[in-house]
Amino acid sequence: MHEMSITQSVVDAVCERAAGRRVRRVTIEVGTLCAVVPDSMQFCFELATEGTVMEGASLEIDQPPGRAHCRGCGADFELTDLVVLCRCGSADVEILSGRELRIMSMEVS
Amino acid sequence: MCATCGCGDHAGAVITVPHDHADHDHDHAHPHDPAHSHDHAHQHDHDDHPHEHLPPTETISLEQKVLAKNDLLAQEIREWLAARDILAFNMTSSPGAGKTTLLERTIRELGGARPISVIEGDQETLLDAERIKATGCSVVQVNTGAGCHLDAEMMRRALDTLDPPSGSLLFVENVGNLVCPALFDLGERSKVVVISVTEGSDKPLKYPHMFAAAGLVIINKTDLLPYVDFDLEACSRHARSVNPDVQIVPVSAVSGEGVIDWYTWIDAQSGRRDDPATIDKVLPAGVDRDERHTSGPRVDSDDVGAQPCPGERH
Repeated sequence: MHEMSITQSVVDAVCERAAGRRVRRVTIEVGTLCAVVPDSMQFCFELATEGTVMEGASLEIDQPPGRAHCRGCGADFELTDLVVLCRCGSADVEILSGRELRIMSMEVS
Repeated sequence: MCATCGCGDHAGAVITVPHDHADHDHDHAHPHDPAHSHDHAHQHDHDDHPHEHLPPTETISLEQKVLAKNDLLAQEIREWLAARDILAFNMTSSPGAGKTTLLERTIRELGGARPISVIEGDQETLLDAERIKATGCSVVQVNTGAGCHLDAEMMRRALDTLDPPSGSLLFVENVGNLVCPALFDLGERSKVVVISVTEGSDKPLKYPHMFAAAGLVIINKTDLLPYVDFDLEACSRHARSVNPDVQIVPVSAVSGEGVIDWYTWIDAQSGRRDDPATIDKVLPAGVDRDERHTSGPRVDSDDVGAQPCPGERH
């Protein structure tokens, strides 16, 4: 249940940047290869924002899919889990996306 | 719920130096009420605004890592440790894989050559810290309460209490959990995952994030291999499928089998491989550095308990 810690980190960072302004919406990126469950973050978000300038704000979670590049055969392919193996058999694989855990923007008023 | 749950107590973890007397009065300053870096108690005038109109909104781009604060603090810790030539390892595993037993042996066998300190993370109790303290080693216990992992802030506070000496080895025994600790950098040199042969060979596939984050996988309890259905080769293959370059070291913390490979790996992490004296500094006297898969080295009893225990300064 590290989603509570992760969500708290989002709330702390956004509150700091909001500097007292009311936050209406927060957009974050949680890659599909992250060990973070978006539904759990939604659940935690309401608790974590209580009593802050973010109370009542909506949380939008974009989920970039896992993409990888094989240094062996040069192929780019989709990665659905962390087993980093290309169809050509090579494990010399670079993960291009899917591990993002970023706060993208906030809407304030 | 985590240590940072809705209760708002951001500094909920309790850091304790184990004492000889369980009923000892704690008259030292408790570290769990540091200045909070944020304060939600301020008032907002617009809450009292009588109008119903929707205020204009503005979208502000942030593009920052969610764990930026943790990672920044972890990087400061990394630099702090490097400046003191302290080599730190973040030890993770499921509960019961044998981290504490492995550390007890490691302290007994390496502690004579280089000072060792330990940060123990558990939800509750001082039990592991007391086991480590019994080896004579400096130790602090971080009790995370409901929290499921250590974070960089707990690490910083534990270091402030522990005050490990320059040139020492520092082992951080994380909360037994193969999920959450994977995400939180503590400023360590490397994460070490301990799995035991009484667990499934497929554990690296079930908990890929932890194994992907590891610099070393230790497969413990090899003395039990004849009695369990554990496929060492398959487990190694699975670990490499999520972390192709990871080193894998089978050991028995009880019998000492294979532990020399663990010590050799520790030495290699010190980044002073060019210095021929280094390995002799870390490895216990009398151990052949090329020795492999043999019973662990014996250690003179003089080496045991030789380390100062800052906890006793109280």
